[in-house]
Amino acid sequence: MDITFEQVDYTYQANSPFEHKALNNLSFHLPGGSFTAIVGHTGSGKSTLLQHLNGLVRPTSGSVHIGEHTLEPKKKPKQAKELRKQVGIVFQYPEHQLFEETVEKDIAFGPRNFGVAENEIAKRVKESAEAVGLDLSLLSRSPFELSGGQMRRVAIAGVLAVQPRVLVLDEPTAGLDPRGQREIMDMFYRLHKEQQLTTILVTHSMEDALTYADHMLVLDKGEKYMEGPPVEVFQKRQALQQVQLDVPEIFQFLQKTSERFGKPVVFEGENVDRLAEQLAGLAGGNK
Amino acid sequence: MHAIEFKNVSFRYEEEQPYVLRNVSFQVEAGEWLAIIGHNGSGKSTIAKLMNGLLFPTEGEIIINGIPLNEENIWEIRRQVGMVFQNPDNQFVGTTVRDDVAFGLENRGVPRAEMMDRITSSLEQVRMQDYLLHEPYRLSGGQKQRVAIAGVLAISPSVIILDEATAMLDPLGRKEILDTVHRVQEAQQLGLITITHDLNEVMQAHRVLVMNDGEIWTTTVPRELVKRQTELQQIGLDVPFVTQLAHALERQGITLDEQPIDHEELLDALWTLHSNK
Ligand SMILES: Nc1ncnc2c1ncn2[C@@H]1O[C@H](COP(=O)(O)OP(=O)(O)O)[C@@H](O)[C@H]1O
Ligand SMILES: Nc1ncnc2c1ncn2[C@@H]1O[C@H](COP(=O)(O)OP(=O)(O)O)[C@@H](O)[C@H]1O
Ligand SMILES: [Mg+2]
Ligand SMILES: [Mg+2]
Repeated sequence: MDITFEQVDYTYQANSPFEHKALNNLSFHLPGGSFTAIVGHTGSGKSTLLQHLNGLVRPTSGSVHIGEHTLEPKKKPKQAKELRKQVGIVFQYPEHQLFEETVEKDIAFGPRNFGVAENEIAKRVKESAEAVGLDLSLLSRSPFELSGGQMRRVAIAGVLAVQPRVLVLDEPTAGLDPRGQREIMDMFYRLHKEQQLTTILVTHSMEDALTYADHMLVLDKGEKYMEGPPVEVFQKRQALQQVQLDVPEIFQFLQKTSERFGKPVVFEGENVDRLAEQLAGLAGGNK
Repeated sequence: MHAIEFKNVSFRYEEEQPYVLRNVSFQVEAGEWLAIIGHNGSGKSTIAKLMNGLLFPTEGEIIINGIPLNEENIWEIRRQVGMVFQNPDNQFVGTTVRDDVAFGLENRGVPRAEMMDRITSSLEQVRMQDYLLHEPYRLSGGQKQRVAIAGVLAISPSVIILDEATAMLDPLGRKEILDTVHRVQEAQQLGLITITHDLNEVMQAHRVLVMNDGEIWTTTVPRELVKRQTELQQIGLDVPFVTQLAHALERQGITLDEQPIDHEELLDALWTLHSNK
């Protein structure tokens, strides 16, 4: 599903002493099936933007289009429930929202809420548990007996079981150990490809933006500060530093290498092994 | 005397349940920064909670500045051990930033006259002095963590424990908090324990303790630790970018004299190779 923001403003607590404009004249277009990373320092408006995507909030002015759905000020969206079904949001620390007695019931909660037939629910619970790498023997357990990483997977399976077309992820790997981080991101990427989901990832990790996203949106003070493919955005380190962000570590290292050796060394999508070859060449080859 | 000493500590949350810590022994000295890493569920937070008497060992002993920790002296111990957790929202009790910092002081019996001085100077250390009367829950995540840290600094502990306290912050916020704590730690020669998944943070610590499945896997210095890339990956962990790169260089036949711990060290080594060519 395509997503379009047209001149969106969002103001919290309008006409009160706490009035705060969190989004300011924000416009962008994300084609269906794309993988977008949204970055910006704390308070730049990322979570506020996300809440527009499934109609949790409506713009104060401007409009948001998600597939066939339109969100406008003061107009209740038609088919609000359908929109929530099509846009699955994995909030920060989603495991804090688990509440059912068993893993199975927790995963089934979403589809049941949307009136999916019981036999279909059973099938989806199994499929989404498998998709997130949860052993089926855990389905009958209490989610609170599981490890942090497993609980996170249960919460994500619950979102997937609704079979959304758009997947919105707010810092999905925060607090996970390095292996857990990689497994969860690889899983999202696989689902994104297999099910042609439109995926939106809010992240502080420029590495993840570079590895998984094909498009990047940089926010600052509720405005669009930069937009483009990650590799292009990361050419502009100074501009990113001005809004308290930085480039991935490999870009930082390449810049220092260029300075040290007095030769431009540019990013060519390399992994560490390719980079090591390049460096070996620079340093004068093998001893 | 050690700032903190764990002597053969084992712990389980309930009888009949399996032990989540087995025979854990280590020391932290005054002025030392120890990083604790380990997969989710390996027992790191349990260790943190044992250090200030939120939990008590099932077996073994914990000694803080020479005093064996027990249920009678936990308030004395909590004056010496300050702790900040991952989620600042669960840590606030006051309706203003000032009250919140004051709360920890009152609890520890600090005289009223002294309280205001301590509150101001600790908030200054984390650059939050302008927020004295703000409501904690309206602050940004980074600001909340700074207030939580001020609350800890105000009680002048001899040991500070940060249990994934910077995990929710953006990279810059993370660096600011860590720099602040590190500065105070050096100036006042505190023991500092940071529990983290951030590999670059681990590289700055003096020593690192690796937990695996309730047991200490190793205690070593960061430079030695990262040599064991494959093993670390097997227990759910990883090594920083520079280490990965150094290992990839080895595969290219380039052996560095010393394991680099940051970009500069690696570039220095490459430059030396280049110049000696
Ligand atoms: N309920 C609220 N009332 C008033 N201001 C808010 C509220 N929620 C967020 N804000 C403000 O809106 C801005 C954007 O917040 P948010 O979208 O959460 O940013 P991010 O997710 O990028 O950290 C921040 O300045 C924040 O303080
Ligand atoms: N309150 C509790 N009751 C029972 N088991 C717990 C409790 N808290 C943690 N555990 C278990 O103890 C083990 C260690 O947990 P923890 O110390 O939180 O690990 P870490 O901080 O390394 O992720 C895990 O298996 C966890 O499930
Ligand atoms: Mg946010
Ligand atoms: Mg923990």
